[in-house]
Amino acid sequence: MKIFQREDSLEVRHRFETAEMRAFRAEVRTFVRDHLPEEIRRKVAQERMDLPREDQQRWHKILRAKGWACPGWPKEYGGPGFSDDQRYVFERELALGDAPRPMIYGEGMLGPTVMAYGTEAQKERILPGILEGDVFWCQGFSEPNAGSDLASLQCKAERVGDQYVLNGSKMWTSEGHIADWMFGLFRTDNTGRKQDGITFLMLDLKSPGITVRPILLFEGTHEVNQVFFDNVRVPLENGLGDEHKGWAIAKYLLSLERFGTAEVSRSLASLARLKSFVRDQDPFRHALEQKDAIERRVAELEMELDALEITEVRFLFKQDGANEVGPEASMLKVRGTEIQQDIFELAMVCAGGYALGARRDESGADAAATQRGQDSAYPYFNFRKTAIYAGSNEIQRNIIAKAVLGL
Amino acid sequence: MLPTFTDEQRLLKESLERFRQQDYSFEKRKGLLAKLGSKDDPVWAQFAELGWLAATLPEDYGGLGGSHADLALLMEQFGRGLVTSPFVPTVVIGATAVRLAGSEAQKAAILPGIAEGRTKLALAYLEAPGQLDPSIVATRVRSDGDHFIITGNKIAALYANVADHLLVSARMFGQLGDHQGISLFIIPANAKGLAIGAYRTHDDGWAADLHFDQVHVPAEALVGSAGSALDTVEASLDAGAAAICAEAVGAMWCLHDMTLDYIKVRKQFGATIGSFQAIQHRMVNMYMKCQLAQSMALAGIAALDSSDPVVRRRAVSAAKVQVGRAARHVGEEAVQLHGGIAMTDEYAAGHYFKRLTMIRLMFGDEEYHLRRYCALSR
Repeated sequence: MKIFQREDSLEVRHRFETAEMRAFRAEVRTFVRDHLPEEIRRKVAQERMDLPREDQQRWHKILRAKGWACPGWPKEYGGPGFSDDQRYVFERELALGDAPRPMIYGEGMLGPTVMAYGTEAQKERILPGILEGDVFWCQGFSEPNAGSDLASLQCKAERVGDQYVLNGSKMWTSEGHIADWMFGLFRTDNTGRKQDGITFLMLDLKSPGITVRPILLFEGTHEVNQVFFDNVRVPLENGLGDEHKGWAIAKYLLSLERFGTAEVSRSLASLARLKSFVRDQDPFRHALEQKDAIERRVAELEMELDALEITEVRFLFKQDGANEVGPEASMLKVRGTEIQQDIFELAMVCAGGYALGARRDESGADAAATQRGQDSAYPYFNFRKTAIYAGSNEIQRNIIAKAVLGL
Repeated sequence: MLPTFTDEQRLLKESLERFRQQDYSFEKRKGLLAKLGSKDDPVWAQFAELGWLAATLPEDYGGLGGSHADLALLMEQFGRGLVTSPFVPTVVIGATAVRLAGSEAQKAAILPGIAEGRTKLALAYLEAPGQLDPSIVATRVRSDGDHFIITGNKIAALYANVADHLLVSARMFGQLGDHQGISLFIIPANAKGLAIGAYRTHDDGWAADLHFDQVHVPAEALVGSAGSALDTVEASLDAGAAAICAEAVGAMWCLHDMTLDYIKVRKQFGATIGSFQAIQHRMVNMYMKCQLAQSMALAGIAALDSSDPVVRRRAVSAAKVQVGRAARHVGEEAVQLHGGIAMTDEYAAGHYFKRLTMIRLMFGDEEYHLRRYCALSR
């Protein structure tokens, strides 16, 4: 039954349904299915964000061989030069195929920032290592006393001759234990506004005077570290952009993450897993009325994710062609993480007694463990972090209040 | 609200904005409500004159052949302006039923009249309180020679008291709740044996409870084929539900803007209350609800064009659940953040809140649509 004569497109997702986009989607899907190593796929399906370096590297090199590594990079730097639509579909297919997330610090953050602010020499030195997946980067922004109030950071870089001398520490350094290099913000001047006097530096983690102390998360994973600097010497040419002007670079770097902050694609994959778990489980595990309640919660999450997905597409792909996302994108992070957390909470509850045991199969070899829901409490615990990191959800609300609502 | 505008849509939007600012301000609205639905209702006449009644109707029957995007545009602006009228029962639900299932003669008799503002329709489908499912039909119809006889009761038929024709669902065979056996009739509102008990709704509209006491209707009054009208009723109600979702989005944005303006000027403890983080975060939550509801309303209306009824039902139900929940949140928070002023009759916020609440209850509430969505997902 068709209710209207003329068709207009109010369905913003139709943009991904052209013949060309469908063909591209099929190509990516097939590639992921045929080339993603099974043991890596299983770890990703466990919702793990702490993939070992060798897994990340292996997958990156598989993509690189296809020409698809660093999907956000333009062709001139060796990226695939995808359009925004292609990139959206590409990352969707990677998520749905349980492929690892792109390596955020090097390819997602530093690479594009170096393209924008780096000297030619820096581009030549830094970008190939990221593109080939040989050099792993981590981000040194947060400090013990500079979290949401990042500009109050105090880790010091003192200029001595043709070097900076670093003292202090960086906190919550994700992948600091598997990275080769760090980019970060350091205090080079303390006399003016706190946003002034910050310099963006890049440093080799093998430099003398660096100690990386693991910080175990309460559910047992090792993702983050505290990195201590004791008279660490960094050559001046490792500064990006102008001295004391690092804050503007950091703001640019953080604004790059417009694709994927909502994690819609990952949540679609997680929700699909949850649905098949609910569908395939032992019919006697839940009483009928409990099944009903679970079914309703799954439906609610599906609708909420739908609303988020449409909103993301509305924000990312403005009809006037200006694919610039304003500060309203902060709500994608807020809702994205809230929904993701709710999915994992429900997955844990659905697993019932199986969720009690702290026995994840780290090797990814035992697929049956995941199928039983045996590891379902891990992501519930682990993903509490998402509402805290990358600008806590409270900070995101502050941003919307100020920059969107004018409060 | 729309992702893109055609030139016609831009003009339509301008005319709607002009109407609600010049002719339908909150102050003028009060006076206009007294004439709502009457034969000399100036608002309805203006709707006809501006082409809004014809906008979405097919060109073959006096319409302008518009799309679901035109409907979204109209409804959003009606929502922003708190425009109260029989538009949805007539142009959306009524006309949809006639278009989907009516005979050529019925379409020719009804649709041009709607487009010109001469004809108003109402759908009588609800029966027992609490039963929102259109398959719960106890009203009986039997054939008697060359005509039918309808007996039973309907409740809360929106604008039935001001309609010229009523669309009535009645059971020809089967049990309460059976999907087969329901027929749809179009009958004049002054049919003999029909008693209409009208009352005003909380949003200043009209509704009526109907009693059919052996109402005789001719064979030509049957809309579609006998005993299989449920799909038509559901499709028509889905169009209505999607339309009021878009209306709710307009109303929510209006409440959002009112609240935001208010907290920027209201001072307590020597500062605007909008400078307090506790208030800011609640305001941001309202903003997010509006954005997400807008996304769902767009998808709901877009799905009216789907040729697959399951796709349509799922999208409309998802929209109704999300928009309904957002409407509750935004409505309640708007009142709370304003404080006492929003509790008063002279201030518009409470009236928007009432309209949003009625929208939640109409054509299936959140509970009903969540259940329908779950059933479709099995």
